[in-house]
Amino acid sequence: MPWFRRSKENITSEGPKKDIPDGQWTKCDGCGEMVHKKQLEQNFFTCQKCGYHFRIGSKEYFEILLDEKTFKEIDTKIRSIDPLTFVDTKKYSDRLKESMRKSGLNEAVRTGTAKINGMPIVIACMDFSFIGGSMGSVVGEKIARAIDLALKKKDPLIIISSSGGARMMEAAYSLMQLAKTSAKLAQLSDAGIPYISVMTDPTTGGVTASYAMLGDVHIAEQGALIGFAGPRVIKQTIGRDLPKGFQRAEFLQEKGFVDVVLHRKELKETISKILKLLHD
Amino acid sequence: MAKMVLEFEKPILELEQKIEEMRKYADNLDIADEISTLEKKVDQLRESIFSNLTRWQRVQLARHPDRPYTLDYIRLMTEDFVELHGDRLFADDRAIVAGFARLGDQTVLIMGQQKGRDTKSNVYRNFGMMNPEGYRKALRLMKMAVKFKRPIITLLDTPGAYPGIGAEERGQAEAIARNLFEMSHLPVPIVVVIIGEGASGGALGIGVGDRVLMFENAWYSVIAPESCSSILWRSWDYKEQAAEALKLTAADLLEQGIIDRIVPEPRGGAHRNHEMSASTLKKILLEELKALAKMKPDKLVEKRVEKFSKMGAWKE
Repeated sequence: MPWFRRSKENITSEGPKKDIPDGQWTKCDGCGEMVHKKQLEQNFFTCQKCGYHFRIGSKEYFEILLDEKTFKEIDTKIRSIDPLTFVDTKKYSDRLKESMRKSGLNEAVRTGTAKINGMPIVIACMDFSFIGGSMGSVVGEKIARAIDLALKKKDPLIIISSSGGARMMEAAYSLMQLAKTSAKLAQLSDAGIPYISVMTDPTTGGVTASYAMLGDVHIAEQGALIGFAGPRVIKQTIGRDLPKGFQRAEFLQEKGFVDVVLHRKELKETISKILKLLHD
Repeated sequence: MAKMVLEFEKPILELEQKIEEMRKYADNLDIADEISTLEKKVDQLRESIFSNLTRWQRVQLARHPDRPYTLDYIRLMTEDFVELHGDRLFADDRAIVAGFARLGDQTVLIMGQQKGRDTKSNVYRNFGMMNPEGYRKALRLMKMAVKFKRPIITLLDTPGAYPGIGAEERGQAEAIARNLFEMSHLPVPIVVVIIGEGASGGALGIGVGDRVLMFENAWYSVIAPESCSSILWRSWDYKEQAAEALKLTAADLLEQGIIDRIVPEPRGGAHRNHEMSASTLKKILLEELKALAKMKPDKLVEKRVEKFSKMGAWKE
């Protein structure tokens, strides 16, 4: 008689699959657990188990941050053109159309006025889903106009960044948006109006090297990748692996470039508290 | 030093060599006519090659290892240059040279990224790739220029800001952003000159000014053609196409309203005649500074912000 006997069937991939209704569940990129979408939404699009922050867009941020029905979008008619008739593997003009269709957005940033706990503000929020949140002429111009509006209304400015950097397909035009937005922020600063920069995953390249790093207060969502050069480029340049946690929000705080690292659920109250201290 | 010759320069240089050889024998032989015919031919050849350069060929000229660098321009254009070092916070960045000097009859702050001519000097200069302390050194000295009411000249020549661990730890992005912010409202004239490579934020970090000039064969864009190729084509092999697509030459940028003026180069490119390149630039700089000196500081700043605010292309 054998010492032991298999009491169950072999484990095979052919067993009956659990019935997961399509679109109700999503996998957490942080811990690999399945998360229910409703639960995710209630938890500010973060994983309850590991705290991983899912990437969200302007629509979600406005819902999380702004007092209900106070958001009034501005500059909704401005559109990117293809000034250089740029073609790589695709035409830029086609890329724009495709991005608009897929994301349901007109550009990689939305701007407007709103209230946070009753305080009027001017807000801009980037959308990574639109060509990697890249900054071309329209993003730069919309940010510049939002800064102008904050100046005119003397209301605080909040910019939520999420970007891979300047948009290659507009080449030098994109590069000049760094100078444009930074110059405008200098005017805002001279006028004594607070500007809070919120950095979310990821904030890299030209956006970090301009308005994202020019806030009076820098807030970063926990775990967000923030840097100038992307990790891949750095790894290639130096030819070795990068230290753990390199270019993450906590790392930037340790190095002195971020004031507050927080969980997304604390974002609204933290911004509100800072604005009340600085702008009353 | 072995001369580096670009592929498209070869026919010109071969003819030039031939003329040179013929000259050696010209005393004994009656070949003056032949020489002058050949000289005409070389002029025509140069003209036809240089008036039809592709954008990638201009990128190659901008990177020519014999091209005049920041220190060459400083030596050839100015007197009494005193180099100043360090950001007073962390270190001195040798990828950027900066100091006060006499240009004509005035004192200026002049600075620029500095490349090396061989491996050793390139390592010393970090290939002209700045670290945060370089941007902070630049800003410290610009503020000094404001204090002593001196105009600022910046020379751009970099393959990009250095992408390293230390650079990120010390806030490369913040250092560049801070310079853009501060340079936009410094109450002294700033003239920017792209002398070679103007790669992205690394170049722009010392590139906000009242007047932006650019050498004929320099390039300036959001990214280097190779990197653009690797990201958009997912291969390093499309640098020529990327250079075309980026429209990164001086003529392109003048048309886009990003630069104000093209600095002409000697025949065959700036590397063929450093003295002439420097004297052309000096003449133009003096002209530009003279015009800017007439403006009141607040007007200067207002115009500068306005200038960059207009940049971009969109519809609504």
